[in-house]
Amino acid sequence: MVQQTVREALRDAMAEEMRADPDVFLMGEEVAEYQGAYKVSQGLLDEFGAGRVIDTPITEAGFAGIGVGAAMGGLKPIVEFMTFNFAMQAMDHLINSAAKTLYMSGGLLPVPVVFRGPNGAAARVAAQHSQCYASWFAHVPGWRVIAPYSAADAKGLLKAAIRDPNPVVFLENELLYGQSFEVPEDGDHLVPIGKAAVVRPGSDATVAAFSIMVGKALEAADALAADGIEVEVVDLRSLRPLDGDAVLASVEKTNRLVTVEEGWPVAGIGAELAALVMERGFDQLDAPVVRVTGADVPMPYAAALEAVSLPSAATIADAVRRVCYRS
Amino acid sequence: MATARKKARSAASASRESAVEPETLDRWFRDMLLLRRFEEKASQLYGMGLIGGFCHLYIGQEAVVTGVQHALEPGDSVITGYRCHAHMLIAGVPPREVMAELTGRAAGASQGKGGSMHLFAPERGFYGGHGIVGAQVPLGVGLGFAHKYRDSDQVSVTYFGDGAANQGQVFEAFNMAALWQLPVLFVIENNQYAMGTSVERSAAVHELHERGRAFGIPGGRVDGMDVAAVFRATEDALADCRAGKGPFLLEAMTYRYRGHSMSDPAKYRSREEVSKVREERDPIEQARQVLIEGGHADEDALKEIDREIRATVNDAADFAREAPEPEAEALGAHVLAGA
Ligand SMILES: Cc1ncc(C[n+]2csc(CCOP(=O)(O)OP(=O)(O)O)c2C)c(N)n1
Ligand SMILES: [Mg+2]
Repeated sequence: MVQQTVREALRDAMAEEMRADPDVFLMGEEVAEYQGAYKVSQGLLDEFGAGRVIDTPITEAGFAGIGVGAAMGGLKPIVEFMTFNFAMQAMDHLINSAAKTLYMSGGLLPVPVVFRGPNGAAARVAAQHSQCYASWFAHVPGWRVIAPYSAADAKGLLKAAIRDPNPVVFLENELLYGQSFEVPEDGDHLVPIGKAAVVRPGSDATVAAFSIMVGKALEAADALAADGIEVEVVDLRSLRPLDGDAVLASVEKTNRLVTVEEGWPVAGIGAELAALVMERGFDQLDAPVVRVTGADVPMPYAAALEAVSLPSAATIADAVRRVCYRS
Repeated sequence: MATARKKARSAASASRESAVEPETLDRWFRDMLLLRRFEEKASQLYGMGLIGGFCHLYIGQEAVVTGVQHALEPGDSVITGYRCHAHMLIAGVPPREVMAELTGRAAGASQGKGGSMHLFAPERGFYGGHGIVGAQVPLGVGLGFAHKYRDSDQVSVTYFGDGAANQGQVFEAFNMAALWQLPVLFVIENNQYAMGTSVERSAAVHELHERGRAFGIPGGRVDGMDVAAVFRATEDALADCRAGKGPFLLEAMTYRYRGHSMSDPAKYRSREEVSKVREERDPIEQARQVLIEGGHADEDALKEIDREIRATVNDAADFAREAPEPEAEALGAHVLAGA
């Protein structure tokens, strides 16, 4: 194991896959000479040259479409969005061109493209730059959606995403880039897409989270342990396919479920998980599922308002106490 | 159309020679100095952690909004991207309200909800303040559509950057603006860079004012460091827009002295490149020289103006630091109208 930041792990995943497969290339705004707006592609231009690490003009619809076309032509593009907020410009190509083509072609035309970049709330950048799109993407059939928390998962899942023959939406988090985790040294460290992981075992309640919210859930679990409540934290890791079996297995043990996401409550990942346990684990539940979500408003700029817009360890702990009838 | 283009070009070259009224130049000088001192103060507050997130300074580009704004008439509309502090100030919004928005206070122009990139003053004709690169261009054409729909002779001034000029929606908007002969003055603030990417590395053809040609939109380039030249080019272009001749594309050649935002170390260009522009083309310095050489003001008078402006800006900063943050109850307000 080595200590690595999520940023380094993502860079290594891309570098390893680019070394292994000459069809893999990276394109996006500021990915080459600037080394990435958030320095995720540090060193890649030097190693792979301008033919494979490509700076684009600010034209998300254009370069996402070109990435999809290149994938149709047999290449394996990694398309970086400076943040997923800007992927809204390219939504048509993501959904209509990337996610639907294999199906519409009766299996003839695969689109092995990875769309990656930071998703979710950043700090103090207000509504147009601070939003979690996880549930939007998870809604769409025809591709995979991944949202890792740890550096090891970021690396193993990004490598798996690049090798996957389907389009993959890979949701990173800006505030996690600088966080360090243990990462296996193995150059072939792969994490299977569609598998959740229990990152903290516990018997009293399940907290299902993804991306940066896993860290908040772990913090809440620490605080609750002091009160004698043992929380099991499930890191979903993939949102499509969503690992329902893993969530149900945990709920079977704890009989209680709290879901956590930064996104808005309506039609969110929490709503999906609540429906899942309703349909397949109703008899296991000792309490109604509680969803912890971002506030149902566009993200405000003011620090005091931003702070109350997002789930925190404290709001997660409150929700756990509620499902345990300990509030 | 060709005449309009020629006019814009000749206005640019003739500006130095033909005299501007001293009072007018004095006004422009004060305005540009306010924009600069305000941004310098914002930079300080950012350094102190009082402003969060992204903060894009306008330092170096002051002649563009100043020259354009003074050619406008009441009722005209203006829209731009996230580099918008100057556009607010020049529209006449009190510096206190702008600075308090930057610090996220309830007294800010957007009550602390928008921050540095999302400033609005529709009652003064300023429609924002938009964070998504290029998105303001169709919005600006929509404002132009509204002017024409109401049979007014107002114009929509739609600013965007050299980087934004590459977004596809810009061309869709050009086409409709020309097709429907909408009163829109497109102003490209070409400061040579989009974050770390120069125009050379992002545009197949560097003459961005030529980009309307495929749609029959006349264009011209102006020295965006020369406030008088910007003013004249804008006046000419606006006259055509108001006369129902449709859109015009003005490319103002300018430069930003600071990084793209406060977090950009700007390693993609040399210090020499920046200091050369500062020394040779600074818009405020140029105006100062014209005032002094023409005998319209002496050093002492200009120093006094600077003192006044610094006092205004300091007052705005003090206000923005002391004003209270919004109450938590404000979180749910303004999600929907009429609620
Ligand atoms: C659609 C979109 N893509 C990317 C970004 C990130 N971004 C913000 S500003 C910027 C550069 C824009 O440069 P330019 O249009 O030249 O304006 P300037 O900053 O020079 O005023 C980029 C890439 C964004 N805000 N929106
Ligand atoms: Mg620019």
